[in-house]
Amino acid sequence: MSILVNKDTKLVVQGITGRDGKFHTGRMKEYGTNIVAGVSPGKAGESVDGIPVFNNVAAAVKATGANTSIIFVPAPYAADAILEASEAGVALVIAISEGVPVQDMIRVTPILKQNGTLLIGPNCPGLITPGEALIGILPAMIFKPGNIGFISRSGTLTYEVVNLLTLNDFGQTTCVGIGGDPVAGLYFIDLLERFENDPATKAVVLIGEIGGDAEEQAAQFIAEKMTKPVVAFIAGQTAPPGKRMGHAGAIISSGSGTAEEKIAAFNKAGVPVAKEPAEIPELLRRKMAELSK
Amino acid sequence: MKIHEYQARQIFRDYGIPVPDSVLCYTVSEVEKAARDMNRMVVVKAQVLAGGRGKAGGVKLARTVEDAVTAGKQILGMDIKGYTVEKVLVADAVNIAKEFYVGLINDRNTKSVILMASAEGGVEIEEVAKETPEKIIKFSINPLTGLLDYQARNVALELFGDIKLANKAASIFTKLYKLYVETDATLAEINPLVLTPENEVLAIDGKMNFDDNALYRQPKILAMREPDEDELQEIAANEKGLAYIKLDGNIGCMVNGAGLAMATMDMIQLYGGSPANFLDIGGSSNPQKVIDAMNILLGDKNVKAVMINIFGGITRCDDVAKGLIKALEIIITDVPIVVRLSGTNAAEGLELLKQTGLPTVSSMSEAAKKAIELSKR
Repeated sequence: MSILVNKDTKLVVQGITGRDGKFHTGRMKEYGTNIVAGVSPGKAGESVDGIPVFNNVAAAVKATGANTSIIFVPAPYAADAILEASEAGVALVIAISEGVPVQDMIRVTPILKQNGTLLIGPNCPGLITPGEALIGILPAMIFKPGNIGFISRSGTLTYEVVNLLTLNDFGQTTCVGIGGDPVAGLYFIDLLERFENDPATKAVVLIGEIGGDAEEQAAQFIAEKMTKPVVAFIAGQTAPPGKRMGHAGAIISSGSGTAEEKIAAFNKAGVPVAKEPAEIPELLRRKMAELSK
Repeated sequence: MKIHEYQARQIFRDYGIPVPDSVLCYTVSEVEKAARDMNRMVVVKAQVLAGGRGKAGGVKLARTVEDAVTAGKQILGMDIKGYTVEKVLVADAVNIAKEFYVGLINDRNTKSVILMASAEGGVEIEEVAKETPEKIIKFSINPLTGLLDYQARNVALELFGDIKLANKAASIFTKLYKLYVETDATLAEINPLVLTPENEVLAIDGKMNFDDNALYRQPKILAMREPDEDELQEIAANEKGLAYIKLDGNIGCMVNGAGLAMATMDMIQLYGGSPANFLDIGGSSNPQKVIDAMNILLGDKNVKAVMINIFGGITRCDDVAKGLIKALEIIITDVPIVVRLSGTNAAEGLELLKQTGLPTVSSMSEAAKKAIELSKR
């Protein structure tokens, strides 16, 4: 079991003929992801890696039954691509594009809600259900199937931590990179809830960072609603206030959104917070041992 | 991106929000002329990109031209939170019956623009939010309809009580929303919005921030950018595809990915060191980026050691190694460098680095410890 994506996922790649789209289509296909279609306006009839290309998402969905989309189009066109997928009936959209204006995402949100479309990203590395489907730009070799759910606002920090998990024999059910933007799709609580309901997931690792209060909300959700253990790490304890730390959403504004507040919230909720990534496997081991007593 | 108050006032005026007259002045003689021309009570206000100008003595009321000159002399050149005041705004000092707050922000939780309004104007809204949150009215705006007239009116009516005044304020709210969306703002504040004894409603101070991701489609806003020295460095790095923020420490770090870069800084501190910067070289494998990044790091005279922390995903470690080798051919330095490469093509990258004799380690914890040790030599 897993959440959101598995071997039955039928993926359409929006922006498949672009440099990034083409490259990552190859890697996802190699991993075994079931990619059924690509979209690139004006390139219908072509194929990339043997995958048929369509002019629009609606045609791709009609011909192939695609139910999940990944978006590689440049940021100025990302909101349009997300809406196109949603209107074509795609159930889950993963937007990799980095640098999407916030107002674009705000405008997209109510339409996705109305259509019942789930979104991950933008500005995210995507997600993976190890052994079944890679939908994103994550380096496949560090993941292995197992029983840990993984949620992170960051890309390479995810790789760092997942690698440590895998080396310590903690495989993963599904790993989701939710992205570094202030207004994004599925977030901590949405995914914690799914992991709580996924029988295969035994524990969850959550990687947060400065900016916003999603970690505080997650802590409250864990305290009130979750039976499975969660271990956390928060990046940005040394970040200066008022500066955007690479990710558009990673900013301490008016003194709120600090790492200290988030760590305190997790501690209060009984969620151990690692001092450094290397500590996470040990915390996980302890938490899971506690549970099996 | 932030702008000055005088620039926010100009945007307000362009959208029809009533703002008292003002003149931007760079010298005391310009202040004198402006005060003489206005021929009434004025307020002299420091124009710096920092909050708390009033508390720092950067805002002064002047009843006479002489007062204005004195204020100009005091404020021009003064330091406010590290910013030197290079210009002041000489503004018509209107009579105030009551002060209000109105602001728009993007809200992460509702994923919408929120209108915030309060009868507690003229003070920092963060303080009101902390002490008496019930005194702030919050209204989430549907992006598909925008802020509707009746919605703005209802909020204004709660604040002003009187329908005539509420209509005046509501018109300001809807204009503020229009300019907010059209300029891709992330913050638009009128604080205070004042009611005069003559029953006029005016914006007498303004603050605006903008979405960096949207600047590509906001040429007018971009033209207003007045970066300070640190920001100039950040912008120059940005143009090279790097995200760079200078800090006060002495251990330079170069990392791929923002989250890992923050975690690297944190780790340096955890082991008793102090990071000199945040530097994310991003996800590409271009060796030129590594060269540019090394130039920036080694250009900071505070840097006593450099920690390179790469977890290759899309970024290939051998490309980083190649860039590093090239960089060290160009840049002569005696600053010690410690390298940690993991992930995609790490073995190849480490093999390449053997010729440089640079110390390499396998984990980021070790890299941080080693960099701190080297920085103390």
